[in-house]
Amino acid sequence: MGYTENELAKDLENQEYKFGFVTNIDSDKAPKGLDESIIRFISAKKNEPEWMLEYRLKAFSIWKEMVEPSWAHVHYEKPDFQEITYYSAPKQTKKYESWDDVDPEMKATMAKLGISLEEQQRLTGTNVAVDFVMDSVSVATSFKAKLAELGIIFCSFSEAVQEHPELVRKYMGSVVPMTDNFYAALNCAVFTDGSFCYIPKGVKCPMELSTYFRINEGGTGQFERTLVVADQGSYVSYLEGCTAPQRDENQLHAAVVELIALDDAEIKYSTVQNWYPGDKEGKGGVFNFVTKRGMCERNAKISWTQVETGSAVTWKYPSCILKGDNSVGEFYSVAVTNNFQQADTGTKMVHLGRNTKSTIISKGISAGKSQNSYRGLVQIHKNASNARNFSQCDSLLMTDECGAHTFPYIECKNSSAKIEHEATTSKIGEDQIFYCLQRGISEEKAISLIVNGYCKEVLNQLPMEFAVEAQKLLAISLEGSVG
Amino acid sequence: MNELIQESKVAAFVEHLPQTMLAIDKELVSKAIATIKTTDFPTTRTEAWKYTRLARIAAISTANQTAREGKNLSREDIHSSYQITKDGLTFVFENGVFRSDLSSGEFPAGATIKPLTGCTKEELAIVGKSLTLENEVFNAMNTAYAVDGMYISIQDKAIIDAPIQLIHLITGKNTVSNLRNIIQIGKFAKAEIMQSYFALDAEASFTNVVTEVIVAENAHLTINKLQYEEEGNYHISTEQVDQAKDSTFTINTMSLNGTLVRNNLNIEVNGVNCMTNLHGAYVLKSNQHVDNHTIVDHKQPHCESNELYKGVMDEKSTGVFNGKVFVRKDAQKINAFQSNGNVLLSDDASINSKPELEIYADDVKCSHGSTTGQLDEEAVFYLRARGISEKSARHLMVSAFIEDVVTKIENEAFLNYTHSLLKERFGWDF
Repeated sequence: MGYTENELAKDLENQEYKFGFVTNIDSDKAPKGLDESIIRFISAKKNEPEWMLEYRLKAFSIWKEMVEPSWAHVHYEKPDFQEITYYSAPKQTKKYESWDDVDPEMKATMAKLGISLEEQQRLTGTNVAVDFVMDSVSVATSFKAKLAELGIIFCSFSEAVQEHPELVRKYMGSVVPMTDNFYAALNCAVFTDGSFCYIPKGVKCPMELSTYFRINEGGTGQFERTLVVADQGSYVSYLEGCTAPQRDENQLHAAVVELIALDDAEIKYSTVQNWYPGDKEGKGGVFNFVTKRGMCERNAKISWTQVETGSAVTWKYPSCILKGDNSVGEFYSVAVTNNFQQADTGTKMVHLGRNTKSTIISKGISAGKSQNSYRGLVQIHKNASNARNFSQCDSLLMTDECGAHTFPYIECKNSSAKIEHEATTSKIGEDQIFYCLQRGISEEKAISLIVNGYCKEVLNQLPMEFAVEAQKLLAISLEGSVG
Repeated sequence: MNELIQESKVAAFVEHLPQTMLAIDKELVSKAIATIKTTDFPTTRTEAWKYTRLARIAAISTANQTAREGKNLSREDIHSSYQITKDGLTFVFENGVFRSDLSSGEFPAGATIKPLTGCTKEELAIVGKSLTLENEVFNAMNTAYAVDGMYISIQDKAIIDAPIQLIHLITGKNTVSNLRNIIQIGKFAKAEIMQSYFALDAEASFTNVVTEVIVAENAHLTINKLQYEEEGNYHISTEQVDQAKDSTFTINTMSLNGTLVRNNLNIEVNGVNCMTNLHGAYVLKSNQHVDNHTIVDHKQPHCESNELYKGVMDEKSTGVFNGKVFVRKDAQKINAFQSNGNVLLSDDASINSKPELEIYADDVKCSHGSTTGQLDEEAVFYLRARGISEKSARHLMVSAFIEDVVTKIENEAFLNYTHSLLKERFGWDF
């Protein structure tokens, strides 16, 4: 017999995290720890206006009163918030006028990550505009001029604070208030950068906008904010990718993403999250505690698509508040956990308006000794007549040491609502594998075939550029794991 | 230190209740009392009580318990109004106190059946064996203040044909009944137990029942439970079940009346090859609140569990379903199915459904489904087009929806009785 299950499992275990390199770039770091002076330091470094500093300090005072939540189905050593460096920026902070000015070291990093901006620079036509955020500081944004022609603003968050304060002040914190939760409050106090995007009325963004997040420096936390505002009748597709170097310590990533889709607008937000998951003994890895939420006004649509393969601990619930009548929320997710990874992820669909619709498709795959949980909320409020929800959460178990859990909350206060929820948990059937083997397909191929088929509904939702990457990631994460 | 220890609300609540006279282990009782002193009533901040508010129970003025006035009950009254079937034994309790004058029937061979007050310390040694007291105020209250209850022990290989009927009457104002039942089914034995709860001239009364069940190897036990306690009364019931290998346990819970009803079913499947069936129907109107909490804990491989709960909520009522299935590590080849369906008939009614799965083994088939919706207007139209009035058409459809789970009841007498109560309260024909 050729490739046995055990060999496959071993292969999987030894699968190296290929983004685990460290870039040697001098960086400007704040001292470790967190107090008011650090917040003032960050704010001063970023040359922020007074209102921004006040906002941060207010969030900090709220955060101090809060306790870390412990309801999620994950176990980890609570991060020591005084041991984290809250500000770390690549030293060259001057603005890049042209691509040639970019630090070669940085260019190499991007190339390794597979986002060759250079190449894209050369190509014309529809492409992906990338905002590259390293250690919470935005280092390069491409295609800016081209987008500006259409009135689209796509820049780093700190730039937006300087140049478009009216938009930032209007929308920041309108979907995720600073009092929302422990990590959102922390983010409000110490966030360093992120991306900002504004699509004007009636504009259909001609290219995919993309942010690439990377934690480079050791002992730092990444706290970025993303704010996407789609004005009436506009459309944007937004991509987000994440990686981090291989380190033995646990790094903290606490981001806030706010989406605002005004009347008739549509936002498609796709994430391929591949933070360093820790080694096979479960040492190191990124703690991913993210608050993502979108607000849908009348006839608007927000669609979240995520492929989660990384992080030691994930705690993430991209949500939609369906405030306007006829608004639509969608959530498509593939969450893969391996070795000692733990994921508690899902979504919240809050139906407030009439004729609102939501779809939830969640596919969990657990391998190794990992724990994978789906936690979701579907809430139909009293006035949400004719609301409709369909949820499906399936779990696939690869070994007998992993776990798959489902915690759906369904709350309905309107008699005209229709809600369906279904979930299944199973492993890849021996008969399915046997069927493939019989037809000359190797076991490994068969598994990848079945897993790909299993995730297809979600992968189909990803933009082309990402779908390929996501499929590769899936293959890497799961190669040969069958129980 | 001069620190004052603030007394919990529960401690004030139980102040006027007599401590248990049952021959329960003294240490257990003092442990329960200690729990009561330090724990308060759960609030909606507690995950397990997220959707159920207990303020109304906590507000019962236990100092002013008044007995029911009026004509004394006779055996005939029980036979005509409350007895579900004439077969077998019928035990009647009033506010948790055994009423031998109202009970009837012949004792079957191969079984020890008596009230807990008549039990020895040895017989009650199993009390509290697998019940959690920490943070479980109602379990602790029941352990410390149990008045009476039923002791049913079926010998190995005994087949009890006729059902054992327990009728609980709640009477009077502000009364609190802490009832404790012990059910032991021996190896290869079989039994059927009916539990029914009725209110008679009762107001703001609270029933807190804990039933501990042990189902031995190859044994079969069916419990049919009927909750019909009228509006203004509150009911919390906990079933703690321990299943040994090759056993079958079935419970049908019919919650049809009562202002606040909470059912906790904790099923521990401790043996291989077990079968567990949990069925429940809740049909609510006015401001009723019914909360069904079930836990099926699969600790051993090769077992099957089926769970079907269906509810209809009308007017201002609220339904809660929280089902949880655990499949422990190494408990392979488990088939666990959980299904919950709800119909909302009014805009003021609401439903909270939380079907959960927690799975630590891989070779399992587990699924759950939950639906919430309303009657299909096209189907109503279809019936009306055939000369059926709108009211009848709706009744027909709602009753057909709930009938799915009601017909899981195998005992014909119990099924008929349930139908008659549904007709009495909701006007449905079957």
